[in-house]
Amino acid sequence: MPTITVDKAVLFKALEREYTTEEFDELCFEFGIELDEDTSLSTKPEDQAQPPQLKIEIPANRYDMLCFEGIALNLRVFLEKQQLPKWSLTAPASGELQTLTIKEETMKIRPLCSGVVLRNIKFTQERYDSFIALQDKLHQNLARQRTLVSIGTHDLDTIKGPFTYEALPPEQIEFTPLNQTQKMNGKQLMEFYDKDKHLGRYLHIIRDSPVYPVIYDSNRTVLSLPPIINGNHSKITLDTKNVLVEITALDKTKVEIVNHILVAMFAGYADSIEPIKIISPHNNESREAPDLAPRQMQAEVDYLNQVTGLELSPDQIAKLLAKMGYEITPSTSDSNLLDVALPITRADVLHQADIMEDYAIAYGFNKLPRYYPNKSSAVAAPLPINKLADIVRLESAAAGWTEVMPLILCSHEENFAWLNRKDDGKTAVKLANPKTAEYQIVRTSLLPGLLKTINSNKHHAVPIKVFEVSDVGFIDLSQERKSRNERHFAAAIMGKTSGFEQVHGLLDRLMLMLKSTFVTREDGLKNLKLGGYWIEEVNDPTFLQGHSAAIKLNLDGKNHTIGVFGILHPLVLHKFELPYPVSTVEFNLEVFL
Amino acid sequence: MAGGTRGPVPVPLESKEHNVTQDVLDLLDTKQPLQTSEDFPSIPQAEIKAALDRLASRSMVEYQAHDSEQVLLTKEAEAIVSDGSHEYKVWKAVKDAGKVPIKELANVVGAESAKVGQGNAFKNKWVKKDGDSLVLVADTVKDNTRDLLKGIQDIKTLSDTKTLNELKKRKLVTVSKVIHYTVQKGPKYAREIPVEVTDLTAEMLASGAWETANFKPYNFNALGAPQDAGSLHPLMKVRQEFRNIFFSQGFVEMPTGHFVDSGFWNFDALFVPQQHPARDVQDTFFISDPPKADKPRADPELEAVMDQMESGSKKLFAPPDAEKKDIKPRDFEAYWKNIQDVHQDGAFGSIGYRYTWSENECLRLVLRTHTTAVSTWVLHRLAEDPQPARYFSIDRVFRNETVDATHLAEFHQIEGVIADFGLTLGGLMRFLEDFFSKMGIEGLRFKPAYNPYTEPSMEIFGYHKGLKRWLEIGNSGMFRPEMLEPMGLPKDMRVYGFGLSLERPTMMKYEVSNIRELLGHKVDLSWIKEQPAVRLEKD
Repeated sequence: MPTITVDKAVLFKALEREYTTEEFDELCFEFGIELDEDTSLSTKPEDQAQPPQLKIEIPANRYDMLCFEGIALNLRVFLEKQQLPKWSLTAPASGELQTLTIKEETMKIRPLCSGVVLRNIKFTQERYDSFIALQDKLHQNLARQRTLVSIGTHDLDTIKGPFTYEALPPEQIEFTPLNQTQKMNGKQLMEFYDKDKHLGRYLHIIRDSPVYPVIYDSNRTVLSLPPIINGNHSKITLDTKNVLVEITALDKTKVEIVNHILVAMFAGYADSIEPIKIISPHNNESREAPDLAPRQMQAEVDYLNQVTGLELSPDQIAKLLAKMGYEITPSTSDSNLLDVALPITRADVLHQADIMEDYAIAYGFNKLPRYYPNKSSAVAAPLPINKLADIVRLESAAAGWTEVMPLILCSHEENFAWLNRKDDGKTAVKLANPKTAEYQIVRTSLLPGLLKTINSNKHHAVPIKVFEVSDVGFIDLSQERKSRNERHFAAAIMGKTSGFEQVHGLLDRLMLMLKSTFVTREDGLKNLKLGGYWIEEVNDPTFLQGHSAAIKLNLDGKNHTIGVFGILHPLVLHKFELPYPVSTVEFNLEVFL
Repeated sequence: MAGGTRGPVPVPLESKEHNVTQDVLDLLDTKQPLQTSEDFPSIPQAEIKAALDRLASRSMVEYQAHDSEQVLLTKEAEAIVSDGSHEYKVWKAVKDAGKVPIKELANVVGAESAKVGQGNAFKNKWVKKDGDSLVLVADTVKDNTRDLLKGIQDIKTLSDTKTLNELKKRKLVTVSKVIHYTVQKGPKYAREIPVEVTDLTAEMLASGAWETANFKPYNFNALGAPQDAGSLHPLMKVRQEFRNIFFSQGFVEMPTGHFVDSGFWNFDALFVPQQHPARDVQDTFFISDPPKADKPRADPELEAVMDQMESGSKKLFAPPDAEKKDIKPRDFEAYWKNIQDVHQDGAFGSIGYRYTWSENECLRLVLRTHTTAVSTWVLHRLAEDPQPARYFSIDRVFRNETVDATHLAEFHQIEGVIADFGLTLGGLMRFLEDFFSKMGIEGLRFKPAYNPYTEPSMEIFGYHKGLKRWLEIGNSGMFRPEMLEPMGLPKDMRVYGFGLSLERPTMMKYEVSNIRELLGHKVDLSWIKEQPAVRLEKD
């Protein structure tokens, strides 16, 4: 969630009253934003050095509250100090709109562009800072780090339309970037900003493209190289009167959301909002932008009342929703319908469910009738594999072993090389983007986690006896998700002697509890109808040779190998840095389902 | 039983020369009360105390302890008492030899006595200098220092504080605290300790010896024998409490047995747009191998598990034959298309996000970021025969977080889902009040919040009595129509969803501040063993 810092005194002045921190916190809580910090309560010197600030967390879909202007406006409307303004366009005195022609080549890199002109804007230092900060917040959030949308703002009086939005090879684009003194071409610019802390992270968006997007005025002055940087020539200052906003994008919806937000937040400081004419015939995007007409929706009165548990009249609903910025008129055609005019600020409203939520917020979440309709009864049921796992867990603990919970993700070598196991490349699910080598794959065995747990607990007296009942994961191309989990049981004992007969005894105990009797190998192989388990020596490089056994099971006439136990190979002990002999047992529980 | 700090009173080793307990009993026979400082001056206090405790625990003696101060001679002072003071030694040497060269004095009386004693002997006018030698002045002398120290040695006190301080300064005496005891006969006094047995044995039962046996008293101030106990992990104990709450409310446990899920189930079907920050590589683990999921389709194995669990309610709530509805089999193709539409173009009364929806993004495999992915699957299944239902799960989820004290790349999500017709938002609040009251959290408040798949969305705040402040304890909401209607669920069926992490309430409960002390291989085994059982409603 984005956090916006605003000046406390200025905000309270806008809200026409003083709040204590608790009172303002309560207001935020009711409205659905969150007061993160009031710096007047801070003891940090940097906070005390400036006027008190409020740090307010804004829900990720409320782009209309990403600056002081938006927070003040929405809270004023909520507190019924004002109605939401009705934003409208004014054509220039000359009647001639600024035009922006989009060249077809831009389809190769960043096809969309929109914009607006704010006439006779009056900047102060605070307004100017907020204007810049809002663009930055929009770039970070809605625009996904400028990949989807980016904004350029220009002093219109330093440039001359008509404007063109083009895509050219980087070498052909030459200009002086914002706040620089020397000219450079697109290629040099990439090198120049490569190490830049702020801009460096955006270069990848266009760097390897054969053409870069660029906006020119009629004198071939570069306005900007979206989404990286503006030209220095047209930069806005505190004295700028007329601002040209250009917004380039990959996403048609988001480009207009951004346009709307900039207009709604800052048109209040300007005399008029002037549309620009966009000429883009190749993709049918020719139009005048922005369109400030409220979006029309309908909402059902009975839906709004039913979900909130309220029984208010359409007029009462309209009055409450006005606090959230809606203009609502009961429909003339259907008494159950409300005609809803959505202001340009509320791009987050997609469905009448969103209107219903705002209705509930305006009424007060915590004042809604809390009544649970006793409509249905139900029959509980545990997941069978969890019930089975719980049996094994309880029996293991009762047998004197301690349950541990290592992580599911582990490094590749812990799961394979350290256990003397080979990766056939078809077994383990591999992660694409782990932040550390600790998380490379989904474990295919519970052993690495148990052995790491023992390693972390080496300071305790031996014997150490631990177990885990949990899932491992495997690639399984027959599944929709190309993988499956498998519930395993595993235990490990470290002591002065191997503990082989201990894990063997635990196995016997669990098999007894799972109603599986011990049979000899000969009997088990001879007679499939004979239910039960047996063990037979197996050659497994994880274990000391001659000291490991496969666990075999006859269940309902089927023969399974469900696991293995044995004395760990000294090389395995060495890898996991275990000073004493360790024996382990691991088997698949799912066959017992 | 082995000796040590636990179990019956430890019996002190008897000192070689004498049996202290026996000495006490013997002496008490003829004299009482005893003063240990006088009657047993040479036996160390600890030894006396052990013997008295042993006897007192058998009511054979009674005793009172007294603190007092004792003036004790240092080694140097003890030497003075036996050999005379330094000045006396100097005087004696001169008297014996008639004349002692000063250079020779140290050889005769020792360096220390020569240094200290010479000056004092001059001061006392016992000897004088004669050229390079010492010669006698007094024929007989009285060694006051020795006499003073001898007196102290006998009575171990000195009432003259000034002299005492001077002696302390000269390091001839030390003052130490001593404890001595006044001892009387107890009600069970006898000249001998009767034979004692430490424990009741099978042999004693068989022989009848238990009837006359004199049992050694048990030390009721010690712990019992440590148990070689196995134990369950505290996090799993809390998990079981939550499962019990869900079961008591008729919830069915969802099949969460796949860590890997597709973008479809984890995000798209939940109306999370493909450009949402949660789908960023910074937040979500993507899978490199296997490369890509299939489109959603029927899963007979999961189906069978669900049928098994729901067979109980199916049977119990079966309508009479006449009212039997037709089951509308799921159409995965239509579901897929609906999801595409609702994102890209808008559908089901929603204008949608209006972006170009990518099939590839949808089929990317991820480690599930929430178990709500499973709830989605279960709700889609419910659309075959929409009826009231309750589901829950508690299982592992994954986030590509930078690990710190409160974040791990893995944690457990507790998820509850209630589907019914005509549910209200207030009903969810009421339900959650009831749910959280089972763990002793009352008086919930709800804050409007944003979540792409619930509308309304509410953060749940509870008042923590211990911490005395409001804490966010979970998230909740009603699933969006854009999530439910593409599944084929009817418009008037509403679905509550709520969730919290298992780790957070556990950390509060056990006062753990670092999640790595709770989950993962670094957890301390003795911590696991020592955490009490969990009763959420109690503590």
